[in-house]
Amino acid sequence: MKGILNFMKFSKPQTAVECKKCGAEISASDLSDNLMICPECGAYMRMGAWERLKMIVDEGSFCELDEDLKSSNIIDFPGYDEKLSSAKKASGLSEAVICGTAEVGGNKCAIFVMDSAFMMGSMGTVVGEKITRLFETATTKKLPVVGFITSGGARMQEGILSLMQMAKVSGAVKRHSDGKNLYVAVLTDPTTGGITASFAMLGDIIIAEPKALIGFAGARVIEQTTGEKLPEGFQRAEFLLEHGFIDMIEDRKRLKYTISKVLGMHRK
Amino acid sequence: MSGNEKLKAYDKVLAARNTARHMGGYYIERLIDDFIELHGDRRFGDDAAIISGIGYLNGVPVTVIAMERGTTVEERIKRNFGCPSPEGYRKALRLMKEAEKFSRPIICFIGSSGAYCGIDAEERGQGEAIAENLFEMMGIKVPIISVVVGEGGSGGALALGVCDTAVMLENSVYSVISPEGCASILWKDSSKADEAAEVLKLTSEDLYKFEVVEKIIDETDRTQDEICSDLKNFILSEIEAKKAMSVEDLLAARYEKFRKIGA
Repeated sequence: MKGILNFMKFSKPQTAVECKKCGAEISASDLSDNLMICPECGAYMRMGAWERLKMIVDEGSFCELDEDLKSSNIIDFPGYDEKLSSAKKASGLSEAVICGTAEVGGNKCAIFVMDSAFMMGSMGTVVGEKITRLFETATTKKLPVVGFITSGGARMQEGILSLMQMAKVSGAVKRHSDGKNLYVAVLTDPTTGGITASFAMLGDIIIAEPKALIGFAGARVIEQTTGEKLPEGFQRAEFLLEHGFIDMIEDRKRLKYTISKVLGMHRK
Repeated sequence: MSGNEKLKAYDKVLAARNTARHMGGYYIERLIDDFIELHGDRRFGDDAAIISGIGYLNGVPVTVIAMERGTTVEERIKRNFGCPSPEGYRKALRLMKEAEKFSRPIICFIGSSGAYCGIDAEERGQGEAIAENLFEMMGIKVPIISVVVGEGGSGGALALGVCDTAVMLENSVYSVISPEGCASILWKDSSKADEAAEVLKLTSEDLYKFEVVEKIIDETDRTQDEICSDLKNFILSEIEAKKAMSVEDLLAARYEKFRKIGA
């Protein structure tokens, strides 16, 4: 369970965490036991990919795929090598997504979990390739896909090749869908940019966590471009539900139950 | 462009944005005969940032979808400076499905700083509209040729860019992020956009090298007539070649075109 607490401010490393919402000091283990929800004010904090997997998959059922795929500086972007190594160090992950097969409530599925602690969960060629391969495997094996999404968008440091991953993954989602297989997308805070404009919005069933930021354009960019003041709750999960772009908002503690139920109804 | 000198990356960005540069509407006029514009997404509205319709390319019926920012101030306002709204992408998809129904090849012209960033665009699902196009275009059963004529701005450009053959005019650009956006994230200084343009590798030569585009139409020292004639001939030959393929092979090749990027 590496990398689960990296995105938070520590008053003492690995022992106590300050809730950014209410300022409460919470012990790291209590917070982890409470699925990264502040016990004082109920604020959701971001979860690491491994912590997320632990919460969702049946114990001992996860089998990781393509863990050896690692990014390199394919367009010689300045500082990218350093950025990659510090992201690895900070997150304890080799990339911004973990993929594999697992069982959720006894239902076999393919699963991918993104992690915002690794370069804001941005998608370069390796993230795109891993998710594409997962959908292809799921298509061949006729498995549903469950995706936990969090990402700032396409990874600038891999230029146009990152942008093209949006088309590549969307193509793999289409093939999976054409095979009459289920894809459940779970949108968590934050899901933005090119990820929203590709596989985040392509789920047969789209679930979001409460108050998760979900949108295409960045709020600041919109304000600067249009000069308009953003409405309260803009681009939050509740806003997307109201406008008809997600199926439901589900509490973190009920996610496993709900996903299991959905998977069960699509059993072949 | 005059003189033999090739442009630097940021010069190309500026050239692609130059208000005098021709956008999609111009290429419809120059390449397509008997064009009939078709409007509306049948859901919410009609987006003037995208001109779409049917016509003939050298006698071949085609569906054309073109980003256009307008040439006069009034037209630019009407066309939202060429930044498409969700309605524009949905109109494009509607017409692509129609093209599929009537077995017409599709030609897309791309030139926009990006999908419109606005509260209303978010309310109506800008991300969903683009995602839906990427998903559906991968399965449209007629040839799709996409031509970048100006600035290919990120996801908003890619939403018309899932194709069998991608073409760039020599001085067009195509990027994951604007050089200004990149510079402000990277160096907290958007005035370093010229440096960012270099490192982003967004020129037609770069994209050809990365095998993201299959063809560059030369512009240096050439007249508009020559450029249009080249472009027309190339699109025609690609349409012929793609039409000769079975639908199965066509879609497999389209999937593979993107599948191999970063594999």
